[in-house]
Amino acid sequence: MSNAPVNNGRRRFLTVATSVVGGVGAAGAVVPFIASWNPSAKAKAAGAPVEVNISKLEAGQMLRVEWRGKPVWVVKRTKEMLDGLATHEDKLRDADSEVEQQPGYAQNRTRSIKPEIFIAVGICTHLGCSPQYLPDTFTEQVVGVPSGFMCPCHGSKFDMAGRVFQSVPAPTNLVIPPHKYLDENTVLIGDDSGVA
Amino acid sequence: MWKNLLDWIEYRIPMMRVANMHALQYPAPKNMNFWYVFGFIATVVLVNQIVTGIWLTMNYNPSAEGAFASVEYIMRDVDYGWVLRYMHSTGASAFFVVVYLHMFRGMMYGSYQKPRELLWLFGMFIYLALMAEAFMGYLLPWGQMSYWGAQVIISLFGAIPVIGDDLTLWIRGDYVISGATLNRFFALHVIALPLVIVVLVFLHIVALHEVGSNNPQGINIKHPKGSLKEEDKTKFNIHEYYTSKYDIINDVVPFFPHIVLKDLVAFTVFCAAFAYVMFFNPEMGGFFLEPPNFEPANPLKTPEHIAPVWYFTPFYAILRAVPDKLLGVILMFAAIVMLALLPWLDRCKVRSVKYRCGFHKINLAMFVVSFCILGWLGIKPATPTYTLMSQFFSFTYFAFFGLLWLYSKNEKTKPVPARITK
Repeated sequence: MSNAPVNNGRRRFLTVATSVVGGVGAAGAVVPFIASWNPSAKAKAAGAPVEVNISKLEAGQMLRVEWRGKPVWVVKRTKEMLDGLATHEDKLRDADSEVEQQPGYAQNRTRSIKPEIFIAVGICTHLGCSPQYLPDTFTEQVVGVPSGFMCPCHGSKFDMAGRVFQSVPAPTNLVIPPHKYLDENTVLIGDDSGVA
Repeated sequence: MWKNLLDWIEYRIPMMRVANMHALQYPAPKNMNFWYVFGFIATVVLVNQIVTGIWLTMNYNPSAEGAFASVEYIMRDVDYGWVLRYMHSTGASAFFVVVYLHMFRGMMYGSYQKPRELLWLFGMFIYLALMAEAFMGYLLPWGQMSYWGAQVIISLFGAIPVIGDDLTLWIRGDYVISGATLNRFFALHVIALPLVIVVLVFLHIVALHEVGSNNPQGINIKHPKGSLKEEDKTKFNIHEYYTSKYDIINDVVPFFPHIVLKDLVAFTVFCAAFAYVMFFNPEMGGFFLEPPNFEPANPLKTPEHIAPVWYFTPFYAILRAVPDKLLGVILMFAAIVMLALLPWLDRCKVRSVKYRCGFHKINLAMFVVSFCILGWLGIKPATPTYTLMSQFFSFTYFAFFGLLWLYSKNEKTKPVPARITK
């Protein structure tokens, strides 16, 4: 040990400087560990649109298709279902679809392009379960509304346009995916370029 | 020869010193009753989970394509594979049975009170890590319940404002739960969280041995140095680590062999119960292994009725009781945070329920009833009646903590005896 006087200011500077540089290095080293949890390039690429033929769909029937790994419903609504949409709007949270859960062309009472064909992502906006389609027995859930969707997980309820009822856990209406009609009986889900 | 070997080791690593300090000469209150065996049993279950878990990974295939089939392969084609899997799945439920009883013991005898706050907190962290471990393990068989259970729990994070959606995307590593999610859960389940749990258990025990074990009377066995008469001090050979700092009262026994032998009796009973479930009732009527999980995961269809495994149902019922997404998630986590805050919510200086006021006894009983009924409601479908009941019992669950904070400040307690028994 030398007997040279201790320069405390210099020591403090060196301690702080090495700590800061080391801290920045440590923060940088964390980046790959965090970022590797993001969806991979492969997962991002696997989102191609899906073509659905709806010519055989009967009134009241539902078709489930997969788009980006999610269930997408295609329902052909009966006339009664369509007429019913206007009658229970006082029980809905967002009857006019003001929250952006749909493309602009589906912000209407039926939340669709063609009134009778309802297309929605079949995932509850609460915690991601897939609600059940109850075409005849929904009135057990909401008195006076004959058909709708009911989530088995936490009891959220939606009407035949995917609009959420009041006092259920789901905060918003069901999501309407971007879609367009290629011809009378073919709909393309996941792509609406050239429509809106 | 033997002595020489021991000396050779002791000179290089403190083997006997640690054994003496933490077992042979560790002072344990002599009135520890059967409620005190669950810490030991929990350790046994932890070892069971680690050993059977390692063996299961030898045949399990962590991919969306292969996971379900590899579990069937373990059950049908691997020699004794079904034994290993049922030991692991029964062990998961047994872990929570034991941990809930262990926690209730702490609540009953005020084991969280000063100076055991940090001990209690380490315990709560173990409980949290255990819940994460169980949740991630449940995804691995890739059945319907695995898939949709994980979907719901991960979506909980989506309730967080602003960052919620990006956070769930980051956790899943895909736009829906997929093989990417399964792979990372596998890594966390078999490596990351077991390491965390083992470290936390170590810290839990270190903290326990520093402050000493509580007992059903809630009486101190360590007294300030020089405050006890010689005839009141313990006659057992207690390690000087404790006797140099405190006078140890004559109400203790060395942990080994006295307490260890008690624990071994409990271990025998536990093994018998465990073997019954494992060999005769591994599904436990759908509570330990849920029927929808015998179907492979189908991302397009939620099972008719989904419910978490029984040990999560009380919190699940609280989540469902609230008709607001964010508030429901907050209250669910708050239900666990409240437990962690017990050392500060309970302002009473008397520990054991035996010497506390009648209202505390009723309050604690009401808490147990609320917790059990919420657990039962969590497996029921969300009908309006059940939702109303969930709301009522969620209220009484939280009321326990609020009331405790209010009355414990000036509680009318019974006199606490100076000695456990004379």
